[in-house]
Amino acid sequence: MSEPSHFKLDGEDIPCRPGQTVMQAAQAAGRYIPHLCWHPDFAPHGSCKICVVKADGRTVAACTFEARPGMQVENRTPEMDDHRRRLLNMLFVEGNHFCPSCEKSGNCTLQATAYELGMANFHFDHFFPDRPVDASHPDVMLDFNRCIQCELCVRASRDVDGKQIFALAGRGIRSHLIVNSASGRLADSNFAVSDRAASVCPVGVILKKRVGFAIPIGSRRYDAAPISAEAQPSPPPAQGERP
Amino acid sequence: MSSATLESILDRHARQGVRLMQILRETQEALGWLPPEALGEIARATGLTRAAVESTANFYSFFHTRPLGHYRVLWSDNITDRMLGNQALMQALCKALWLQPGRVSEDGLVSVDTTSCTGMCDQGPAVLVNYRTVTNMNLDRVQAMAALIRARVPVAEWPEEWFQIADNIRRAGLLLDCPLAPGAALAAGLARGGAGLLDEIRTAGLRGRGGAGFSTAQKWQSCRDARSPAADGARYVVCNADEGEPGTFKDRVLLTRCPDLVFEGMTLAGLAVGARRGFLYLRGEYRYLLDALEAVLARRRAAGLLGASIAGSNFAFDIEIHLGAGAYVCGEESALIESLEGKPGKPRIRPPFPVTSGYLNCPTTVNNVETLASACLIAAHGGAWFARSGTKVSTGSKILSVSGDCAHPGIYEYPFGVSVQQVLEDCGAQRTLAVQVSGPSGVLLAPDEFERRIAFEDVPSAGAFMVFDETRDMFEVARNFAHFFAHESCGFCTPCRVGTAINARFMDKIAAGHGSRDDLEQIFRMHRLMQATSHCGLGQTAANPIFDTLRKFRPSYDRRIESLHFEPAFDLDAALSRARRMTGRDDPAAHLTNEHQP
Amino acid sequence: MSKKLKVATVSLAGCFGCHMSFLDIDERILELIERVEFDRSPLTDIKTCGPCDIGLVEGGVCNSENVHVLREFRDHCRTLVAVGACAITGGLPALRNPLDVADILEEVYHSRPGLAKGAMIPNDPELPLPLNQVHPIHEVVKIDYFLPGCPPPADAFWKLLTDLLAGRTPSLRHGLIQYD
Repeated sequence: MSEPSHFKLDGEDIPCRPGQTVMQAAQAAGRYIPHLCWHPDFAPHGSCKICVVKADGRTVAACTFEARPGMQVENRTPEMDDHRRRLLNMLFVEGNHFCPSCEKSGNCTLQATAYELGMANFHFDHFFPDRPVDASHPDVMLDFNRCIQCELCVRASRDVDGKQIFALAGRGIRSHLIVNSASGRLADSNFAVSDRAASVCPVGVILKKRVGFAIPIGSRRYDAAPISAEAQPSPPPAQGERP
Repeated sequence: MSSATLESILDRHARQGVRLMQILRETQEALGWLPPEALGEIARATGLTRAAVESTANFYSFFHTRPLGHYRVLWSDNITDRMLGNQALMQALCKALWLQPGRVSEDGLVSVDTTSCTGMCDQGPAVLVNYRTVTNMNLDRVQAMAALIRARVPVAEWPEEWFQIADNIRRAGLLLDCPLAPGAALAAGLARGGAGLLDEIRTAGLRGRGGAGFSTAQKWQSCRDARSPAADGARYVVCNADEGEPGTFKDRVLLTRCPDLVFEGMTLAGLAVGARRGFLYLRGEYRYLLDALEAVLARRRAAGLLGASIAGSNFAFDIEIHLGAGAYVCGEESALIESLEGKPGKPRIRPPFPVTSGYLNCPTTVNNVETLASACLIAAHGGAWFARSGTKVSTGSKILSVSGDCAHPGIYEYPFGVSVQQVLEDCGAQRTLAVQVSGPSGVLLAPDEFERRIAFEDVPSAGAFMVFDETRDMFEVARNFAHFFAHESCGFCTPCRVGTAINARFMDKIAAGHGSRDDLEQIFRMHRLMQATSHCGLGQTAANPIFDTLRKFRPSYDRRIESLHFEPAFDLDAALSRARRMTGRDDPAAHLTNEHQP
Repeated sequence: MSKKLKVATVSLAGCFGCHMSFLDIDERILELIERVEFDRSPLTDIKTCGPCDIGLVEGGVCNSENVHVLREFRDHCRTLVAVGACAITGGLPALRNPLDVADILEEVYHSRPGLAKGAMIPNDPELPLPLNQVHPIHEVVKIDYFLPGCPPPADAFWKLLTDLLAGRTPSLRHGLIQYD
């Protein structure tokens, strides 16, 4: 097997293989590219655009853009982080994100990403949408106020659970998450707390009941160290194996 | 509803999920809306989940999952309709019917609302009544329409002249003279064979007429060369007649005047790429063309120009018409393909491009109506003949849809390279302040740019040419476009979903007299962000009209700017109105001044 | 020693929790008081704001009085800082925003069970009227810096103030920037 080729991420050499995206290559090398809708277990989606990078001068989504040897990729530059902060501002103002009362606080990817990028305010005027919660299911509640439309639950339910319980409906700013049942309520679907979709939500929409606020402040996932510190190099794949 | 009606619709479409759009449209035409039980029944019959059916039904403007009246009147709300007075006419209609725009009358009889440009800019103001087009609205028609609605006269019995749609061809060229007999180009194409035909297209230098100007030969070659994952090696030809760019109506006229040229172009494309099936994706606003186009297809089948053995050869090809349902984003080719498959029109991740993985993941070439019609001419007359028109890198002709402030709005076909000034003179435009070329996603030209030429190397155009004279307020033009994009954003990516909504709010804020310099700086930054990070062309270009007007018509903003620094977006005194009403107070302390004077 | 900077603080539609957290800088307040002088603030009980260098505003804008006070702060403070979740996002009081304020007044003062007979919605001109919605303060006046948190940690207050006093653009590292 030939030596892997490399591209430059913020000036550092990152190995890459054909078919690997910039995000996958960076992740494998233990480099953090901020992201929300990307998850290593699922096909890339490319909707949140938090993973914008500049590849050879062109602004692209790292999660869908193929890494090519010799490419120069800018990641944590002031320009890219500026874009990311604005995009985060947009995600915060389009929903109702009230962290102090959210069970997900401290374990929330959106919040942790905003911390990572030093986002101190929401910048834009709030939309304050009216989005009722769905507490019908015995084990899980849905708080749509916090949905960032990453479709991880859509993908998990479809691709792992084989149930297709979630979908996005509507268009533009009125786009919203729906549940596959005649009533539209989660209790009337075949959703189960053991579904992969029950644990994949990066924000506080899909919440397991009776476990909220169980972890004390200080011990939560992102209390001690920023989200960027989670990125670790993965062991090299065995000979001949394709990641 | 009679379940027999729904059953027959489902049967007609073989209960196929990919035909969901047509199933929903026909169900709605039968029932007036899409009730929950019907959605459930459609889900069961097609094997789609209920959520998937709802997802599609909720995405398109022309599908409604709640009753919106026996009569639904939608006013085309392009800036050209506004310039022709559509807002006052809509108010008059609402007044005559005793209702508010956007609300259904209490007796459930009628609703009146606005819709994105319906492609009747040269004969506006236009409305859609139960999705049938009425042009040239005026106060007399409004009063007569209100009376017909109140008397519950079926739309089919309304005055015929209301539904007449003029072609308004002011200047014909290569295409609109359309001297070809049906089948002539096809015979020439079959004689050359697919590869020979591709060579002619290459020689012709044909480029996509949808605006981007991609080489047609290259697109077809890629599609021809791509490996199909289907067992039968399926490939597809799609004609993009989702002419949604505000101010564009040339495809409507091509499909009215020269449908054979378009269908024959599609057939030739099938020959070139090795496809056996083609789709015409017709925008929902052009529903009225459907029956006539189906008749043309039937005639062509009868003449052996479509079907199993075309013109006696072993080449088989047929065409289906797929009707859209009010979603501008479906003009983007991968969103269009999603829509063809029965899904919400959200652009896919590219690559892979449709030429390698399109409809049902098979190689698919998506071409504009005008491109396919041009390809037909090339097949008949040869590439060299075609390349003699236009400029070196923009060969052939371009059809412009001219509207706005000019004496003769309508269709103008020119060889590529015509100057903006020439078009303005020909259409009788006077004291012109600005021209929006290629619609809101295109470019706004000021008088010092009128010597520029319509060509891929200078000002590319998908066909729109909206003229604004010196009486117009370019800020209001941009504000209309900002709302258009907010309405049409598919919502898939963050920058476009939220950015278009924030832009619309910024423009409303400035319009309401609450604007500040700070807002203008925010708008510039938003433009950069959306251009850089949006998922598709819609979001990347959505801030163009604001950016262009801010650069070229800055005084139209400045005269509205309230403060050098910062102003709230909302009216503070008005924000106390409900509490004033509830408490009955009107004392000085029950008010807030809006101008914050230190 | 250069002239002391003037600092004003206020709580609008907030709970004073941010002020309490501010006091958690503990003995560092002695160091602070060497370098600043407090103008209008619950700490001084001064009722109106004079010319100041730094204004710290806790809480969102819920009623007409909040608007007046916020404007007073903007007019008198060279640097205005939004402090805490309510000032930055509207916070807890903004949870009423999907409701119509008219319905809220009607329910709370008039139609709710258990009210005294003949209870009316109060209309005393002394009372500030509630706005239709609760707004973060940056939607009403221009804000220069933001100190998030519910409440912001005392160390974040300290960092922000020492940055401002030293003439540095405030920046908060991990652990000091928090939304809960």
